[in-house]
Amino acid sequence: MTRPPKAPVTLEALAAAREILVVCGPGGVGKTTVAAAAAAMAACHQGGKVLVLTVDPARRLASALGLSPARAGAQRVPVSAFVKAGAVPNGELWTEMLDTKWSWDRLVSQHAPDAATAQRILDNPLYQNISGRFVQSHDYIAVERLYELHSQGAYDLIVVDTPPTRNAIDFLLAPERMADFFSSRFLRLLTVPYRSRFADMASRPFYHVADRILGSQFLQDIAEFFILFQTLSEGFVARAEEVQRLLSDRRTTFIVVSTLETVPMREAETFMGLLPAKGFHLGGLVLNRVLPAYLFSPGLAPRAARLCEDAEDLSRSLCAENGPLHGTEPGLVERVLQEVGANFNNIGVVARREAGQRSELSDLPSVVVSVPELDQDVHDLEGVLALGRHIWS
Amino acid sequence: MVELLDRKLLFVTGKGGVGKTTVSAALSLLAASQGKRTLVCELDAKGDLAASFETGPTSFDAREVAPKLWAMSMDTEASLRQYLSLQLKLPKAAHIGPVAKMFDFVASAAPGVREIVTVGKLCWEVRERHYDLVVVDAVASGHIIGQLAAPQAINRLVQVGLIRQQTGWMLEILSDPRTSGVLVVATPEEMPVTETIELIDRLRTETTVSLAGVIVNRVLPELFATREGQTFEAICTEPARELLASKLGGRPEPLLDAARLMVKMRRSRAAHLERLRESLSTSVPGGSPVPLLYVPYLFLRSYGLRSTRQIAAALAAELES
Repeated sequence: MTRPPKAPVTLEALAAAREILVVCGPGGVGKTTVAAAAAAMAACHQGGKVLVLTVDPARRLASALGLSPARAGAQRVPVSAFVKAGAVPNGELWTEMLDTKWSWDRLVSQHAPDAATAQRILDNPLYQNISGRFVQSHDYIAVERLYELHSQGAYDLIVVDTPPTRNAIDFLLAPERMADFFSSRFLRLLTVPYRSRFADMASRPFYHVADRILGSQFLQDIAEFFILFQTLSEGFVARAEEVQRLLSDRRTTFIVVSTLETVPMREAETFMGLLPAKGFHLGGLVLNRVLPAYLFSPGLAPRAARLCEDAEDLSRSLCAENGPLHGTEPGLVERVLQEVGANFNNIGVVARREAGQRSELSDLPSVVVSVPELDQDVHDLEGVLALGRHIWS
Repeated sequence: MVELLDRKLLFVTGKGGVGKTTVSAALSLLAASQGKRTLVCELDAKGDLAASFETGPTSFDAREVAPKLWAMSMDTEASLRQYLSLQLKLPKAAHIGPVAKMFDFVASAAPGVREIVTVGKLCWEVRERHYDLVVVDAVASGHIIGQLAAPQAINRLVQVGLIRQQTGWMLEILSDPRTSGVLVVATPEEMPVTETIELIDRLRTETTVSLAGVIVNRVLPELFATREGQTFEAICTEPARELLASKLGGRPEPLLDAARLMVKMRRSRAAHLERLRESLSTSVPGGSPVPLLYVPYLFLRSYGLRSTRQIAAALAAELES
């Protein structure tokens, strides 16, 4: 009898077994940095060509990694940058920044039946207005670009930093929504030639009201645009299905990033439940900015309490003639001791709350890693790799 | 200058994760406690607003959650139904359902259509004087411009029709700095500050809505001034630590490390705060200064009505000073 292989318990093992890591989670938790760190570690330790695809990185991090919009294509992080960060890469680290508008234009050019139709769509004022926002356009374009990069086969591992969305789930549903859009009966209704609408008795009140609200000119503009856009339908729908398949098969895994704060954690938990329910593979959870474990060492709370209560006595002993702080003003020492004690109590409340929240998490993926609260922002490769060491093995 | 809470319509925005909802809840609670009939509206319907008041889920129909305070969540379709029946006096209610669905579909592609219904509902509450103040827990900084500039977008794309006719009075409400304003929430961190600075610039160039203020959330306490800092270092020397260890009945190092951690965390955030302050002071040459309010980091066991009240108190203190 053969036993099923054990699920990987480190991000390193997970990254080695997959072709795509999708880094997702609530806003403001450090997704971009975690994505960069996972990619940099893979490039360092596993070799091959690793790409990190990101949407909106912090400027200093972007310039440190040589990130520039897709228009310029992927950029390789030079070996010298690794050497400067004290690391020797086995493989190559590439970075690419998503450019939504540019990617949309390319998509239109690819799927339009001919160059003239493509141009008419690109020139349409409605298209120009919406290519930045159409049906969660960031989300769709991110998965679309991911699919393209993956199918080109140039990279051994692609790490995707998902765009900031109102809900993390939007990213997953983008291909489905795109397919729904094209199959909607409203699209058919609106693209019925204007004159024949009035022949269709059943839908008359519908058009009548729509005309009153939006104005017939606008309705015609919209219809015209949709008629043009419909020419893309076949290519788009087929593509959306393929994208969906790639996201949900065994080559892809999802890494959820969150902090242990209440609101992000709630969103991350919901998301972790939805992933398997929607047929996606939940590979790991990265808990970012976690307070250090020493805050829970037993016996510290009473010590902190004594520091506050006995601050006056303690400062007198410290500042006594033969004391270690002789010459320092006792009142000052007292204040500092009280601050130290009070701070420990404060930070301890948060650390315990977070630990409680963590212990209540259920249905966890096999890889769960914590990244401590770092002293400073991550804005160079050295910082990225330092964070990477916390999540890697 | 207009006092913050004397406006009628406040949009609270900021980067994801900075505490928009908590700040919106606290601000509306503060306004209500000052006797203003206040409506607070959550736009993204995640349910966090209800959690801030520890009440049941909010819906499109506003519900009184505290004295003088009503809470609701936005629902584009419900808003459109209300809009159609109130503004357009549609003959048959039966037509509204399918029309609302179609509208929603058109809105997925046409810019400004969904936004005009959302913003329209909020402006309408202001115009009808149903409330003294409407606080909007708005969308994140990446999406707010599209929402606030919706009337202009509609004006550009739509020449006639009832939607177009609605943009005039909405623009009037949105463009009046005594009536409407945007509050940007930030935390003292790199990306939230960067997004705030960019957003303020875009608000000025792409919308007619004025900036009512910036709220810096989760500001860590300053443990030591300069002299205290030096004294702290002296306490961290070995002889002092040994004495403390014997007096406390255990090692003091973890307590000292925790203080050092807090000092470091605060220091890394202070640089971003400075960047924000500098940008705000140079952003309006000759204009009135943008109010900058600080909300301290709360060291609490859980978040709910209690933390909302504490933030409301912090905001009240900031507004008075």
